Amino acid sequence: MTTHDQDTAALAAETSEGVQEMAPRSATESAELLLEQGAVLRLPEGVTVDPGDFNVEVHPDETMIINMGPQHPSTHGVLRLMMELDGETVLRTKPVIGYLHTGMEKTGEELTYLQGGTNVTRMDYLAPLHNELVFSLAVEALLALEVPERATWIRMLMSELNRLSSHVLWMATNGMDLGAVSMMVYGWRERELVLSFFEKATGLRMNHNYIRPGGVAADLPPGWEDDVLAICDAFPPRLAEYDDLLTGQPIFRERTEGVGVLMPQEAIALSASGPILRSTGVEWDLRRDMPYMFYDQVDFDVIVGTYGDCFDRYAVRLNEMRESIRIIHQVVERMPRGDYRSQDKKVTPPPRARIDESMEALIHHFKLFTEGFKVPEGEVYTAVESPRGELGCYLVSDGSAKPYRLHIRGPSFANLQTLPIMLRGGLVADAVAVISSVDPIMGEVDR
Amino acid sequence: MTDATPAEAAPGDGDGAGMAAAEEVHGAPVTWSCGQQVLHPTREQYLDVVKALKDEGFNFCVDLTVVDYLAHPARRLPAGVGPERLELVVNLLSFEGRRRTRLRVQVPAGDPVVASLFRLYPGTEAMEREAFDMMGVRFEGHPDLTRILMPEDWEGHPLRKDYSVGRVPVQFKHPPETR
Repeated sequence: MTTHDQDTAALAAETSEGVQEMAPRSATESAELLLEQGAVLRLPEGVTVDPGDFNVEVHPDETMIINMGPQHPSTHGVLRLMMELDGETVLRTKPVIGYLHTGMEKTGEELTYLQGGTNVTRMDYLAPLHNELVFSLAVEALLALEVPERATWIRMLMSELNRLSSHVLWMATNGMDLGAVSMMVYGWRERELVLSFFEKATGLRMNHNYIRPGGVAADLPPGWEDDVLAICDAFPPRLAEYDDLLTGQPIFRERTEGVGVLMPQEAIALSASGPILRSTGVEWDLRRDMPYMFYDQVDFDVIVGTYGDCFDRYAVRLNEMRESIRIIHQVVERMPRGDYRSQDKKVTPPPRARIDESMEALIHHFKLFTEGFKVPEGEVYTAVESPRGELGCYLVSDGSAKPYRLHIRGPSFANLQTLPIMLRGGLVADAVAVISSVDPIMGEVDR
Repeated sequence: MTDATPAEAAPGDGDGAGMAAAEEVHGAPVTWSCGQQVLHPTREQYLDVVKALKDEGFNFCVDLTVVDYLAHPARRLPAGVGPERLELVVNLLSFEGRRRTRLRVQVPAGDPVVASLFRLYPGTEAMEREAFDMMGVRFEGHPDLTRILMPEDWEGHPLRKDYSVGRVPVQFKHPPETR
């Protein structure tokens, strides 16, 4: 694979920086251990470290380093954790990632802006519409392209529905990780409601490529209001069921309350966002605080927790679904008529009917899909609130039809850094609950 | 405080870059890109500027990445900032001010070393490792600068422009023979 010819030797020399794995205790200095706190995360002095809290005097013979994953059912994909255990207590943790790395950012540089959506949508495969949205917003910002109102409202509708389906699947897997297998069946069942609407509207259940630069790929199908309202009606009683099944259930509470506690200043220092940040009590939701699309015109609450433990993260997600339903109701009420994609001929292909009657339209259509459209030179960063936190897209254009550099800021990638802090001092049996509560999507972590 | 201009009052979209930098924030020239504030500190200024921004309220480091400008060297930069092959891009966010700022630091490819932000924002740990892994920029003061996405014995830095995309040869089968 190493087909680069020049300065191979120099690069190879820079490459051997050392092993990614966690170094044994005997090979780590005690000052380093104090600072370390885990391995991916080593907090600087004075931020949150309580040295008395962390016993550096543990003899190396009394601890062992074990691997959890990458093939472990509760690691939600291919996350590998190296944990140093003292008996059943976790002392240090280091996430080792990259098992799902497929070079999607490099691939993004090879695809035109029109094809780019098919690439980014596969990153966070549980919130594909958010990925498409953030990419489209970045391209539109560079193009200075106005999106029709109806397209923006459709995008809001779809991204809130996607938040529902993502959170509900999280409830399912979280339930399964904690032994509530019935929750898993219910979660998949509810997700199916949303996915069947997605299939109807976009043609696909996942990886839709529905939100595109300039608008959306197709208008909503006839009768979409009834479908969406049916989802909105079906969800609240089922969320109430979850309350009965999990929220008030002593076993579930025992397993989540006080487990994997994160402090607000730790979450901020670690660049954690989304439900993890909000569960610590920090009120930060891009939809409210830095509104994009028309989120400033809808009414909803930002859900925050208090203790930052697994239970709070569960509660935040559960109630966020209720808020999403509130937003969806408002979107359905306010959906305007009009175009579902921009009428800018530079970006939008001509309608199918025109192709049959106009040679120019056919050529134009062909050119758009083979060569793509050129985007003015520049760089931009856009961000949306995905179900997992701040999903950002940094896009650099050199004036050609393909992105010069496409970088996606995946929320799971940053959120994973909270694991060593959350796991430290806990039991290895709780690790499953904590990993689950972070909701890492490895497709987005490794990209 | 020269940076009191709210993002809404930013001068013209996109065309801010390229003109002589009229304003400065903490000694770094400022341009505007699509209505977003961009700071251009030098490599030496970088850590101090970030420190000053953090004191000013930018408490959250959203993102850190590197762009390789090998194939597109003639980008628009404010006067006085010489283009280099690599460019470090850091996105900061202020919760109180509800605003963002972006730093673009020029890093020469011959000596790709910049200061690590780890002491200021521990959350950059994984991001700097990714930048090192993908682009080969080394971060001075980083506690554990190893590859994060690629295998540890990998050679080269895949997101650089002189690193080829790579191909997997497709094995075509002969068409079924007609009898």
